[in-house]
Amino acid sequence: MDWRRFGFIALIIIVLFGVVVLVGMQQRPPILIITSMLATTIAVATPLTLGALSGVYCERAGVVNIGIEGMMLAGAFFGWLAAIYMYHVFNFPVGVSITIGAFFAVLTGGLMALLLAVLSITYKVDQIIGGTVVNILAVGLTGFLNRQMFFGQSSVFGGAIPNSPGVLPTLHIPIREIFSPLCGASESCLQTVQAINRVFDQKPIAISAILLVFITHYVLFYTRWGLRTRAVGEHPKAADTVGIDVIKMRYANVFIGGLMAGLAGAYFTIESVPSFEPLLTNGRGFISLAAMIFGNWTPIGSWAAALVFGASQALQINLQLFRELIPPQWAFLRQSYVVGLAPYILTMIILTGVIGRTTPPAADGVPYEK
Amino acid sequence: MQSETQSGSPTQGFWKSALDALLIPFLAILTAVILGGIIIALVRGNPFLAYYGLIQGSFGSTRALSETAVWATPYIFAGLAVALAFKGGLFNIGAEGQLALGATFSALIGYALPGWLGYDIPAIIHLPLAVIVGMAMGAFWAAIPGFLKAYTGGHEVINTIMMNYIALNTISFLLNGPMKDRDPNNVIARTPLIADSARMPTIFEGLRIHWGFILALLVAYLVWWMLNKTTLGFEIRTVGANPDAAKYAGINVKRTIILTMALSGMLAGLAGTIEVTGLNYRHELGFSIGYGFDAIAIALLGKSHPLGVVLASILFAAMRNGATRMQFLTQMPVDLISMLQALILLFVAADAIIRYIYRIKAKGERVVLTRGWGG
Repeated sequence: MDWRRFGFIALIIIVLFGVVVLVGMQQRPPILIITSMLATTIAVATPLTLGALSGVYCERAGVVNIGIEGMMLAGAFFGWLAAIYMYHVFNFPVGVSITIGAFFAVLTGGLMALLLAVLSITYKVDQIIGGTVVNILAVGLTGFLNRQMFFGQSSVFGGAIPNSPGVLPTLHIPIREIFSPLCGASESCLQTVQAINRVFDQKPIAISAILLVFITHYVLFYTRWGLRTRAVGEHPKAADTVGIDVIKMRYANVFIGGLMAGLAGAYFTIESVPSFEPLLTNGRGFISLAAMIFGNWTPIGSWAAALVFGASQALQINLQLFRELIPPQWAFLRQSYVVGLAPYILTMIILTGVIGRTTPPAADGVPYEK
Repeated sequence: MQSETQSGSPTQGFWKSALDALLIPFLAILTAVILGGIIIALVRGNPFLAYYGLIQGSFGSTRALSETAVWATPYIFAGLAVALAFKGGLFNIGAEGQLALGATFSALIGYALPGWLGYDIPAIIHLPLAVIVGMAMGAFWAAIPGFLKAYTGGHEVINTIMMNYIALNTISFLLNGPMKDRDPNNVIARTPLIADSARMPTIFEGLRIHWGFILALLVAYLVWWMLNKTTLGFEIRTVGANPDAAKYAGINVKRTIILTMALSGMLAGLAGTIEVTGLNYRHELGFSIGYGFDAIAIALLGKSHPLGVVLASILFAAMRNGATRMQFLTQMPVDLISMLQALILLFVAADAIIRYIYRIKAKGERVVLTRGWGG
């Protein structure tokens, strides 16, 4: 990850935030706008970060993963289904049901990834097609089961969607408690601390996504496992010669990647909103993939790229709040569709290589034949 | 193609190769149907009644046949779009956006052109114009990722997906704003109805099957002819098989990549255009969602061969069309079809599994459809 790219990413985020601050300044102090946007950015970036990490694990080991979207979708559905089952059928308490739901989501992601692994590693199916199969299967499976379980007359829940046990709670990080005594009697200082605290009050999956970024960075670049993974993705033949089991490493990494995508799926139904609808992930798996390429196949770079997407979403949401304040010469910003185009166009610009070329692992997408 | 004619008499070679080509997809469909039946039984349905309903609903009457053809029409065009790109070594996931954009602009010409000109235009000009504009929009939209692939190496998979979102956002904007149907009763994002002169006639009185279906079959033949009998087709296939070899053979690889994408997008745009001019007479937001993915499945199932694409399209269309009858008979949700299609695709893609189950020996070279990010 080069500094030029980081600089570019930082610049984009600053510009996106700057626009909202400029527009909303008359109504709200900038610090409040910035912290609320940061909170949104981190939340929106969570599934993208996890999806991108899923891609990093798979592709560093030499398997192109275009099935992140499907793994997310399946994870979201089965996690949600498991939570409801635990809550209504087995009468577990709320907290336990949700935790088991999250666990099932992660596991489902892993299982979908195993399908990709079997197709692309064992049967040497074209990996992009293998991923497409995962995507289409996930859409079909979740659509069918969702309808069958909840809408049929003879369904388990008698044609009604039961109440979900809810979502994961927000974890409070006691920044306010620690720093507010330092403010003394200053009202604005207290407000600032309160606002900053809001950025850090995130839900468990959002926090674990950030932790996983650094864990993945460490694992990939500072452990034997990581070295072997990268060797298998760059030059499998050489890796095989020195005694690394290429097939096993690829299977393991694709499975881990699936777990990440499953956790991203859990974000949607276990952490964000406790409901499921068909095609719920709405292309965010593909955007994760773009974030991974944007971040040049590195965990930290992918995270930074995911934050750009998060920031542009935050821009979209916040501009709607300040809709009335947008000056007439900027009227196009009132159209959420127009603002919504930003991340997609940015991705395409990144891919052109203007901001330095991206280099995929050398053996990415190539099945290994002895 | 060359190897068939060399072995044995040409006609025998053709039939034998056709049989070989059809064997795996047939067994894949069979396996998926059996697995689907097991799934239906597992959710306490009657698989035989379900499949009976599916067949009755898709082929059981004149009306059913007509509806299957209506469903198949956009599938054939969009499937050909993806298949053509595959032949050129490109994966066009963007058929969805190209199709929707083609439909939108063809609708625009269809409803707005008489107003702009101030007088009615004869159908002989208006209809082709609407179709051509839709095709051109599709071609333009696909040529952008083609250009980026050729000159910057930006992978077309990501770029076509991004172009999908840009297209869908743009269309949302257009259909909610400048192009929205101004009828006071209208609350949804859709264009006004197109003028009579831009509508494609139906083939039979009282049935919805229109000339678009015949056009689709014709275009399928044209694509086959273009790929196999023209220099351009040869260049596309060579670039698809081995871009380096193509370069050394003096083929302009960059130009061919852009052209392949443009032609692919043109076919996708045609799919959208035909839906507007032949069936719906307007474009509605969200109407075309999922066509892009279905098209990929169809191209894969048809092994990227135009005839295979036509057959796969009819199969998919029959499933979609028969699903309603199946649901009526067995209360199985329509979404079952998506799962069946995914299973079919799974077994077609992983033909090694099918070969293993039915103990069929692999023959010939593996066809490389796409490559990794490196291009």
